Amino acid sequence: METIISIKPLLAVLVSLVAVIPIVISGKTPNLREAWTFLAGIIKFGLVISMLPHILGGGTIEYSIFEVLPGLAIKLKVDAMGMLFALVSSSLWIATSAYSIGYMRGLSEHSQTRYFAFFAVALSATIGVAFSANLFTMYLFYEMLSLATYPLVTHHQDEEARISGRKYLGFILGTSIGFVLPAMLISYFAAGTLDFGAQGILAGHFSKPALTVLLLMFVFGFAKAGIMPFHAWLPAAMVAPTPVSALLHAVAVVKVGVFSIFRVITGVFGTHLLQSLDLGTMLCYIAAFTILTASLIALSQDGLKRRLAFSTIGQLSYIVLGASLLSPKALTGGMMHIAMHAFGKITLFMCAGAIFVATGKKYISEMVGIGKRMPVTMTAFLIGSLSVIGLPPTGGFISKWFLVLGTLEADQIVMLVVLLGSSLLNAAYFLPVVYRAFFCTPEESMFENKVQEAPIWCVVPLVVTAIGSIGLFFFPQPFFNLASLAVQTIVGG
Amino acid sequence: MMLVKQAPALLVIIPLLGAFAINIVGWFNKRACHSLAVLAMLGSFVACVITLQQIMGTGTISYRLGGWPPPFGIEYVIDHFNGLVLVTVSFVSLLAAIFAKQSVEQELPHKMVQFYTLFVLLVTGLLGMTVTGDAFNLYVLLEIAALTGYALIALGDNRALVAGFNYVILGTIGASFYLLGVGHLYIMTGSLNMGDLFNILPALYGNVAIFVAFLLILCGVWLKMAFFPLHTWLPNAYTYAPSAAGCLVAPLVTKVSVYIMIRVMLSVFSADYVFNILHLSDAIVWLAVAAILFGSILALAQNDLKKMLTYLIVAEVGYMVGGFWLATANGITGAILHIVNDALMTFCLFVFAGIVVYKTGGHKLSDLQGFYRKMPVTMAAFTVGALSMIGVPPTAGFFSKWYLILGAIDGGSYHYMAALLISSLVNAILFFRVIEIAYFEPRVDHHADHGPDITISEAPFSMLAPLLIVAICLIIIGLYSGTIVTNIIQYSVPPGM
Repeated sequence: METIISIKPLLAVLVSLVAVIPIVISGKTPNLREAWTFLAGIIKFGLVISMLPHILGGGTIEYSIFEVLPGLAIKLKVDAMGMLFALVSSSLWIATSAYSIGYMRGLSEHSQTRYFAFFAVALSATIGVAFSANLFTMYLFYEMLSLATYPLVTHHQDEEARISGRKYLGFILGTSIGFVLPAMLISYFAAGTLDFGAQGILAGHFSKPALTVLLLMFVFGFAKAGIMPFHAWLPAAMVAPTPVSALLHAVAVVKVGVFSIFRVITGVFGTHLLQSLDLGTMLCYIAAFTILTASLIALSQDGLKRRLAFSTIGQLSYIVLGASLLSPKALTGGMMHIAMHAFGKITLFMCAGAIFVATGKKYISEMVGIGKRMPVTMTAFLIGSLSVIGLPPTGGFISKWFLVLGTLEADQIVMLVVLLGSSLLNAAYFLPVVYRAFFCTPEESMFENKVQEAPIWCVVPLVVTAIGSIGLFFFPQPFFNLASLAVQTIVGG
Repeated sequence: MMLVKQAPALLVIIPLLGAFAINIVGWFNKRACHSLAVLAMLGSFVACVITLQQIMGTGTISYRLGGWPPPFGIEYVIDHFNGLVLVTVSFVSLLAAIFAKQSVEQELPHKMVQFYTLFVLLVTGLLGMTVTGDAFNLYVLLEIAALTGYALIALGDNRALVAGFNYVILGTIGASFYLLGVGHLYIMTGSLNMGDLFNILPALYGNVAIFVAFLLILCGVWLKMAFFPLHTWLPNAYTYAPSAAGCLVAPLVTKVSVYIMIRVMLSVFSADYVFNILHLSDAIVWLAVAAILFGSILALAQNDLKKMLTYLIVAEVGYMVGGFWLATANGITGAILHIVNDALMTFCLFVFAGIVVYKTGGHKLSDLQGFYRKMPVTMAAFTVGALSMIGVPPTAGFFSKWYLILGAIDGGSYHYMAALLISSLVNAILFFRVIEIAYFEPRVDHHADHGPDITISEAPFSMLAPLLIVAICLIIIGLYSGTIVTNIIQYSVPPGM
């Protein structure tokens, strides 16, 4: 376990933030402006990749930016878990940027400069959360992400966007100020530090009831994870342009939520402490409730993006469940699900957007027979669905496999049933979409003509991520190794 | 070198002489008034910075006016605490003076000489109150600041006259209370020097007269700082004051009053007396909770930008009073840090309100329609100020709240913590309501039948510059909170807490 000091993590955070300047300056020349986005995305990804070998070798990378108050620093630390998340979000940003070009130009959206600028800020915040060394730094980037995504969610600037934006910030900012902030201060007051420790920092400072309250404040406070009843912002946020839903509401924002919960469970409380007090089970039931309820609601949604949103809420709680089971296999599965679900769900969102750009359709009931017109998109949709359901040959199978093993390892048979039941529900709300697209006679005349896909900038990214979903089934090693390393630190430390 | 030694006196004398100069020069050339005012503020600011630097090097400075030794002569005592407040006050005054130019030309074209004279005199009073170590001298300067304040506010429209009159009555009652309290102390001890009183009083702590003096002084400063339920004069007075006057009065007067409260409690009485011998802390913290909730809720009910901000001041005063009476080191640190942060935040928001008035002629929330599109830079600075009020890191507002909440946990005052969090949430609602109007609602160009006919675009440079400077300061000061606390504020917290 070798720790090196390097400025690389800071650069990885900053590169997209700095890119805002050239993006805004070249706002009048769209091609140049998007070139900056790509350049920043590629540099960011390159920086993350360049740190990978050291992390895979069991080391960590640290960098202290600034000590704000005595003992309270803005500090970055790259470990296996953060690396996994950073890898997912920085690679998918590049794909989404390409997709954004196709989508935004395909629909001639207004204020594209603002859109790309805030997207870059959001990515900085996401990587910041991934690389945070302590709770304070994480909170800072968490709030930055909430605020930077507000203009993206409300991009259309109409009445619907206004109401959704209100809901979005109301839930996310409300819970973070109302729950996380006091919980963080109480932890700091008791423990004297907020640095994530391998076995947490709270052991020996609180009684069980106090710890229970703190844990609930954290888990519900990170409302980006969409745990019920603080999930309602996610379906509302679907008013955003689809690339925003794709990257932020399948990858960055929501995964920041579950990642934060993961960090709090492992780095602030510590799995041993939670295990000894048997607090994990309580969280398991909270997560299980969300998994089943969200899946059931998803069944009845006709808006494709809304169905995807409720599916996301359910899938996020898989990850929370993985953390709450507190067993090594479940933790591994939960972490891997961050990656696997990201690839699957971003594909699905991109498909929804491609359908909208090509045909203007938003509702599943209008998509009967659409497979004839958009075979590539719908094939990708099938692959994404399989991954989210958890069927081979897609990456989703692997993470679900470990989650199922984890329930057995933790001796939580109820949770096993929940996982399997939820898989059936997932199949029930995704497969009919695919079936009707390919095997039913088109009702709309526009689907009967020859093949006509969305613009190439839309199609290529979703094909790439779909292939990625399959690729992760055959080559899950990078994520698997990172997750195993992280779990070793958590359980063995 | 001689001048450096005289800095504690110069920081008051420069604006005092400046006020006379403005009055005289104004007879001949009205345009020169603004430059003179800025010059006086700049000189005063430099003197304040030099003073603070000296303190950080050598410790507390005692300056004898006219060379008379205390307790007979007037003594200026400057330690880390008022050094910090001095720099804050003079910095905000300097920015406010720069901002005033266009605003005064538009709102008070015929009263420019009066405005700048009063403006500079008010700053003289505020700085004097902060710097003095004499309880009676403080009263004199309090009145200087108060009288000029009444006049500045009354320069506004007709409603300002009524509001100003209200303020005169309540402000005078407050000052009388303070004077009465000081009178009691003088009768009992025969001294007016704060350091001297601090040494004599412990022998008399059991005496009822001292307790009465304590209560009178406390009520007096509470009236001056608009601490709930003595706040009634503030909202109207600050709403209807001329914009440029609002930018000076709103951020500074209440903050200096909070300084006076803490100064009198710690340096005339003692932490031991006010926290341990008297058992008032709990009641006062509850009152602060009421102030915070009351201010926040009434702010929610406003559809006028300035009025909303004034109720927020009432809430923020509750933050500081409550933080001090938590009687914990973190709480006092937070209260002192919040004096600085709140002065800057309030200034930021009032300057923004001033720009709104300058551009649209009104200060209703609906006047902000389409502002993000028309003036993105101004709105960016406003957003920083708003985030600081909500308490989003890394803005300054987050870190004073951090200390205040830590102080609450330390003292077991969870109701105060809850009030702070509720107020943060209310602030989030308030400011995002403003942001929504400015972001979502397109500007309807109903050609104004009243108000100035200026197309909505970025504010002029002399207004934008102070706004941007203070917005940047909010972030920098936030990041350097730790430095400020370890190098300055921790010396102001009574030892042994």
